[in-house]
Amino acid sequence: MTETHADYQLSQLDQLEAESIHIFREVAAEFEKPVLMFSGGKDSIVMLRLAEKAFYPAKIPFSILQVDTGLDFPEVMETRDRWVERLGINLVVASIDDAIKNGIIPDAAKISRNRLQIPTLLNAIEENGFTAAFGGGRRDEEKARAKERVYSHRDEFGQWDPKNQRPELWSLYNGRLHEGEHMRIFPISNWTELDVWDYIGREQIEIPSIYFSHQRRVFERDGMLMTETPLNPCREGEVVSERTVRFRTCGDITLTGCVESTASTIDEIIDEVAIARVTERGATRGDDKFSEAAMEDRKKEGYF
Amino acid sequence: MATAEKKPMDLLRFATAGSVDDGKSTLIGRLLLDSKSIFEDQLEAVEATSVSKGYDYTDLALLTDGLRSEREQGITIDVAYRYFATPTRKFIIADTPGHVQYTRNMVTGASTADLGLVLVDARQGLTEQSRRHALILSLLRVPHLVLAVNKMDLVDYSQEVYDKIHAEFTQFATKLNIPDLEVIPISALAGDNVVNRSENMAWYQGPTLMHHLEHVHVASDRDLIDARFPVQYVVRPKSDEFHDYRGYGGQVAGGVLKQGDEVVVLPSGMTSKIAGIDLFDKEIDMAFPPMSVTIRLEDDVDVSRGDMIARVNNAPTATQDIDAMVCWMTTAPLRPKAKLAIKHTTRNGRVMVKDIQYRLDVNTLHRDQETKELGVNEIGRVQLRCTVPLLVDPYSKNRTTGSFILIDETTGVTVGAGMING
Repeated sequence: MTETHADYQLSQLDQLEAESIHIFREVAAEFEKPVLMFSGGKDSIVMLRLAEKAFYPAKIPFSILQVDTGLDFPEVMETRDRWVERLGINLVVASIDDAIKNGIIPDAAKISRNRLQIPTLLNAIEENGFTAAFGGGRRDEEKARAKERVYSHRDEFGQWDPKNQRPELWSLYNGRLHEGEHMRIFPISNWTELDVWDYIGREQIEIPSIYFSHQRRVFERDGMLMTETPLNPCREGEVVSERTVRFRTCGDITLTGCVESTASTIDEIIDEVAIARVTERGATRGDDKFSEAAMEDRKKEGYF
Repeated sequence: MATAEKKPMDLLRFATAGSVDDGKSTLIGRLLLDSKSIFEDQLEAVEATSVSKGYDYTDLALLTDGLRSEREQGITIDVAYRYFATPTRKFIIADTPGHVQYTRNMVTGASTADLGLVLVDARQGLTEQSRRHALILSLLRVPHLVLAVNKMDLVDYSQEVYDKIHAEFTQFATKLNIPDLEVIPISALAGDNVVNRSENMAWYQGPTLMHHLEHVHVASDRDLIDARFPVQYVVRPKSDEFHDYRGYGGQVAGGVLKQGDEVVVLPSGMTSKIAGIDLFDKEIDMAFPPMSVTIRLEDDVDVSRGDMIARVNNAPTATQDIDAMVCWMTTAPLRPKAKLAIKHTTRNGRVMVKDIQYRLDVNTLHRDQETKELGVNEIGRVQLRCTVPLLVDPYSKNRTTGSFILIDETTGVTVGAGMING
């Protein structure tokens, strides 16, 4: 019997999956109380799938945490509930409204809810005693993320210090913490947007319907198409019209724009992503547009 | 609903080394741009910055300078990871700074690389820095090396200049461990031989850089003989449906494991047979690196995290005495008698430094046996004594079972990276 090395090749998607599963198991083994930060977007759904695979046939041995901004797309919440039900995992919801009510964060109507997510999240991590929080961040998303470690250390204030990161070698992750500190874990660091879509297609997993082409009443703001909703009233001169659109990311309904698209299947989305000329964040996320260093600033404060 | 099978892409991880002056950031910007991995909004931001700074041309280096402090200083001070893909391969670049005070960053980037890319400026030829980069890549056992002779446009695309650098480097490389070397004349700024073949260097018959990156054969670099499976996590569902299920989750570090294989669990030495290998809800025939799987054994033996599953007649060495090359990564020097935490595969322990045999001059290869300490960014041969036996292979045989990290027990910071000799 002759076997050649060619028989033992793993595709790039299988290699990425193997690396992510390794990270999930490492964290579950070494941290007292991990949690998976779930936004409802495609990246956090891919994380759930990977976690499911890492521990099967056992259940995922940690909870999932969602920051409820009060501005989430209803379709995203529906998908979340179906995943939670199927996997039988515990869902912890940290609500911005509750945090305001309880005086944890100031009620600043003018501050973007995106900003208020940070203290709400940090408070939830502290209150529940979570020592490691999985996030769906990818290094290809944004320049500031290109240098983020898989294990990203946060001090007792939840802050990230980009100039003082621990070296990360081979697949040997260092999870040491002091009292009050926690670790952000990015198991899909090495995935690109296209990898995520390829994987969703391959695994045939459910994602929120807003990723697929649909009819929506929208208006144009800052070069983006925004959803018509009482949560985000039109300003003078903004005209609402019905268009055929889809979303490339899932965020705050008042900040997340959509793109005109007829892509209604995963394959059509993959084709669209493959020829896209603008990054998913650059195209449709108002929160990243404020300054060139916008993401870096929010990350230092403890953003996802 | 079956989607049309595309030919699966494979993956190449490579590390780049060089300083700003060598044009490394420009080269990476060029690879991203010419492989159409740059998006319009990213390019627009860079063009706007170039104009506002009064540059004559778009500074592609700006594409990769991530953190604000780096933009201010105009240098790259940390490992940054970049991604691009061609129809046949996905690439992960570990982009590392080149100066000697950032040796630790280069070691970090090289630790996971299949290929190392060293840049030299054609006008200057080989420098101390390029020799150091090649040495570090060879110490980290990066199996493929590319020497890119950059800025050929500034030496009139001279074959003579290229030949001289080629010969000089080949001579130097004989002292190192470099199984595969390619020397490519390029101009990152003008684009010669990066993605497109240069019309200015008809004398060069070799591949373009991109062609080489796409075709270099990496699958055979892994060890498929010596089975090594560090146990990461014990999977016990404790559910009615899988009442008796007990599996061992881990990532294969070497060899090929199959159902029915006779195996030994280390360090206990208990033997058993592989009852089955699971990948999620499917049972699979065999597992090889770098697959993450769950292994079930026929016998009810005691197995826990930190153990290693290997073949009965081909097992790693269990030892408390470690002889290794260590790269030191923090400002307080490493001295004999120091006590540190160690992480090796999925095993944790504590070590004491017995001896620092020599410090390696990363520029000259000279072994300094007088200085009994390692400063930050220095590499030396160190003897360690560990509180628990580690299950090790020489790093030259297996980069997973041959490597470890050292952790300061007070600060919790990773302070050293080790490669086991033997």
